[in-house]
Amino acid sequence: MRKVMTGHKAVAEAMRQIEPDVVAVYPITPQSEIAEYYADYVHDGIVHTELVPVESEHSAMSACVGAAAAGARVMTATSSQGLALLVEVLYIAAGMRLPIVMALANRSLSAPINIHCDHSDAYLARDAGAFQVFCESAQEVYDYMLIAQRIAEHDKIRLPGIVNLDGFSLTHTSQVVEPLEDAVAKKFVGVFKPVHPLLDVDKPVTWGPFAMPDYYFELKRAQQAAIEEVPTVFLDVQKAFVKTSGRAYAGFVEKYRLDDADRALVVLGSTAGTAKIAVDALRSEGEKVGLLKVWLYRPFPYQAVASALERVKHVAVLDRAISFGAMGALYSDVATSLVRSQVRPALHNYIYGLGGRDITVEQLAEVLVGLEKVHPDEVLRYIGLRE
Amino acid sequence: MKEIRWHGRGGQGAKTVSQVLAQINLREGKYVQAFPEFGPERSGAPIRAYNRISDEEILVHSAVYSPDLAVIVDESLLTSEKPTDGLHPDGTLVVNTSCSTEEIRTRTGFKGKIVVLDADRIGREAGTGFANIPMLGAVAAVLGTAWSIVEEEVRRTMGERISKEMLDKNITALRAAYDAAKKGVAGG
Repeated sequence: MRKVMTGHKAVAEAMRQIEPDVVAVYPITPQSEIAEYYADYVHDGIVHTELVPVESEHSAMSACVGAAAAGARVMTATSSQGLALLVEVLYIAAGMRLPIVMALANRSLSAPINIHCDHSDAYLARDAGAFQVFCESAQEVYDYMLIAQRIAEHDKIRLPGIVNLDGFSLTHTSQVVEPLEDAVAKKFVGVFKPVHPLLDVDKPVTWGPFAMPDYYFELKRAQQAAIEEVPTVFLDVQKAFVKTSGRAYAGFVEKYRLDDADRALVVLGSTAGTAKIAVDALRSEGEKVGLLKVWLYRPFPYQAVASALERVKHVAVLDRAISFGAMGALYSDVATSLVRSQVRPALHNYIYGLGGRDITVEQLAEVLVGLEKVHPDEVLRYIGLRE
Repeated sequence: MKEIRWHGRGGQGAKTVSQVLAQINLREGKYVQAFPEFGPERSGAPIRAYNRISDEEILVHSAVYSPDLAVIVDESLLTSEKPTDGLHPDGTLVVNTSCSTEEIRTRTGFKGKIVVLDADRIGREAGTGFANIPMLGAVAAVLGTAWSIVEEEVRRTMGERISKEMLDKNITALRAAYDAAKKGVAGG
């Protein structure tokens, strides 16, 4: 049944259906309402979850690590500075192969302090070892929470996963979402099977041991092997979800009117929706333009991105964060994707939307229209910036 | 697609009724968005809330710049907030005021449709003391929504938050405003 709900509520609904054993969380705008909804479910006895109201995000992820190692299904959520404080322990969760799924309500990092959306927090966690998905709408947020849970808990993966949702434009906007029936969602996610749980006292194990130069390297290589399995599992789980839900997801990226496009945008998150309107408007004027939306951001789907873009003439990669002293993070990934292609587009990098600066249909259309005229040396540009 | 901009003050419930309006239009089979202005929320400070209503899936995630409807929940914002900025020339301005349509037209210079109702008085007489529910009734009337759906969704969504007695008073206010706005739309 179609319902109206915010992105917060979409996350909380997915969490209610997943029903983790433990949720450890600390409030921060624009995440807090996720935790508030979930606390209501716990209080009202709707879910049987141990809610741990910790005193910081560092403690939130620490409690998650402890609970996950003990053998619990564990979830959390955060934003911005909370993610920054938590990220130390996120590396540990990944290194210990703990399937902790976290909603990240994207918000800019301080200073200056700002509560609004950009992707600097997601980029901060980029190399932590968690897989990351970006979502365009509250519907996708709900769907990919369920998908992420199944990927994280897959035998071959056992890694933390992050589901990104743009702060405010997704978290605080009421929109139409069609959740699955509880029984259907629960069946899709499946029953959690702990692996070598600490609380299995008959089979004592050691978690998080010390590793010297003789083993650390091999363990990190094994971790890389685990995240390299994510694409295969992602496609399987996505396919299963499509079968269950009837939704139209296919692959790591969404190609929107891209087949015969000579100019294209590459974006993450809710801006993809706004970009689709810009593409439609220009298409109706006969302009051959398209869009590539990236769902799976880590591990990055290099081949899928290359095959989607190599025949396009001009590509504008939009980053919603500055990687100081470097090109945008998404741009760098797209450039890496195309480095082996015989034919490849002229690539341009645009920084936009920092600290919640709005991005409009008109601005995105302007980028597409002006792409051929951009001087090849002028690779890094800014949208909607006063200069 | 119709875009609506609500002007109110923190605590008057403009954001709440924008969310109820989304529910009402979902019932009508529409796609909807409702979102507040993403700023600090302080009691009494000017706030804006927005709706998008469409027959097709709504993909756009930017702010609303050229609404079809501007709704003034607090009359004092009529001059301080420039509520007609970007308002579509063929759009509608719905104002909570005891002034006439002509007076509002002179004060705002807006040439499109103007619907006035004294939502403060309606709320006071019904015993709720709130103008937001009457303004919701007025907007639903302007949008041409059937009364039965408006009443049902307000009962369903507000019923979770307030007592039965207060809910009935709100429905009285909702109906009075719905009827007043219907007349305003026909006459204006």
